[in-house]
Amino acid sequence: MKVVDWSKEDPDDLWGNASDERILVNIGPTHPAMHGALRMVAELQGETIEKSYCEFGFTHRAKEKLGENRTYHNFIVYTDRLNYCSALINNVVYAMSVEKLMGIELPERCIWIRMICCELARITDHLICIGINAVDLGAFSFFLYGFHQREEAYTLIEKLCGARLTTSYTRIGGLMADAPEGFEQELQAWVVKTLAVIEEMDRLLSNNKIWKKRTVGVGVFDKEDCIQYSFSGPNARAAGIDFDLRRDQPCMFYREVDFEVPILKNGDVYDRYRIRFEEMKQSLQILQQCASRMKKGPIWCEDKRVRIPDKDVVHNTMEGMIYHFKFFMQGFEVPEGEAYTQFEAANGELGFYIVSKGRAQAHRMRIRGPSFWHYQGLSRMIQGEKIADMVAALGSINIIAGELDR
Amino acid sequence: MLEHIELWQSQVMELKEAFGESILEVRMPRDFPVDVPVIYLEKKHLLEVLRFLKERECRYSFLSDITATDEQEEGLPWRFEVVYQLFSQISKLRIRIKVRVAEGETVPTSVPLWAGANWAEREVYDMFGIVFEGHPDLRRILMDQRWVGHPLRKDYALKGFQIFTDSQSIDPSWLK
Repeated sequence: MKVVDWSKEDPDDLWGNASDERILVNIGPTHPAMHGALRMVAELQGETIEKSYCEFGFTHRAKEKLGENRTYHNFIVYTDRLNYCSALINNVVYAMSVEKLMGIELPERCIWIRMICCELARITDHLICIGINAVDLGAFSFFLYGFHQREEAYTLIEKLCGARLTTSYTRIGGLMADAPEGFEQELQAWVVKTLAVIEEMDRLLSNNKIWKKRTVGVGVFDKEDCIQYSFSGPNARAAGIDFDLRRDQPCMFYREVDFEVPILKNGDVYDRYRIRFEEMKQSLQILQQCASRMKKGPIWCEDKRVRIPDKDVVHNTMEGMIYHFKFFMQGFEVPEGEAYTQFEAANGELGFYIVSKGRAQAHRMRIRGPSFWHYQGLSRMIQGEKIADMVAALGSINIIAGELDR
Repeated sequence: MLEHIELWQSQVMELKEAFGESILEVRMPRDFPVDVPVIYLEKKHLLEVLRFLKERECRYSFLSDITATDEQEEGLPWRFEVVYQLFSQISKLRIRIKVRVAEGETVPTSVPLWAGANWAEREVYDMFGIVFEGHPDLRRILMDQRWVGHPLRKDYALKGFQIFTDSQSIDPSWLK
């Protein structure tokens, strides 16, 4: 064992901060605290980050290029793999963007189910975000409370579409399948249970002294920074920007349901954690309203262009068979035009910018993922902070590599 | 959508008064298959127009996205369109700015207006090879630095490999 001669060393300088030596640290891309394949290179003085840069693209799957070479129907499965924590929202926004180009009106029941999908996905996304953020800072049991409820939500999603994570639930102009009998009641029961769990989680951690010391005033990103870096969603609202696309540019039936947009002002890790709690409560309210207002009815639009033929027709008639084959092999043509469709996804503004030249494939399929813009702000957010706080800041802005790299 | 058209029209008028000839073409949702007004600009006034939109009453202060499209066609004097999606948190409206550039032409950077434009422009450079003049740190972002070619160009081969056996090394000059 090395014996330290305390008479020669400065007893207060445990980490060698006084020395002027700067070290270069590489974190990731496979570091467990980096939430997916992200890489950060930081120059440290002692434990303080002086400069840093981020690198990503390790899970780049050329989604935008695929969007130009697949039919509109075929691209649905690729949208799941954007933000895989809230795959349903991606499905819904993609379907909405193609419908906007084609001018398709949806039946009421379809829209209510899509709203349920969005809010369910938002809650699962927020639960994983605050849970993982707490795990990174050492609060493991808190995460398990949320994780259990998230599994229950996935069971509900499984009842809708048969898949838990990669849902591919929406179709252009409709849904893969109708919600099963009794889904509303199960959803209502889940909402009541989840509200109780969220309140319990709140009591468990929100006033915890260690948690507050690790998060309050850490990773501050103020209002001006948020505008400079195009922050949206909970991360912007935590800094005091009153901006929620569900309210500001409402689509579906968001105009008809009651919900508030929670705003906090500090823009630190703690506020980003708190705002997700408040948002989950609002989402539960929306879910309750959707479940009570949903009525029986068709889930497909009237438009013949996008209608997937019924299996009965496909298997029993020649014309149905031919149509089925042509639909899946050639796809349907989308009229010439361009549209940017945006929606308040769990992390912020998710947008699809589609340029169509009248073919069955898009001319340009641009995906605007919120994580791309949030990750850009990280270097500035952690400048001058301790290296351990980088983990807290990264967890709090909820970077999803699938959406970042596309 | 149509209820906003008057507001959009007055904004476009304002823009035309201020910049006149540098606005090449305006496509309104009523006359063209677009969802928001699309304004085609001459690239030398791009920054001033963006600043005007960001700081005047209309307040298109939120930069939603920067991207590009490859409009490779015979006989056109340009090849790419660089697209800026702006959103106003005051009027809750969107607007789209486009700049046409030929291959090898540069576009002025908008990093002085939005620090966040940095990565978006890097992505456009990476995917299309459009160079942004005055950009502080223009290098590839999604692809490896050693990659050859710009994948989202229409003439980029769909099949093929470029394999690197070692990871990208750390360059301290990228730190900031």
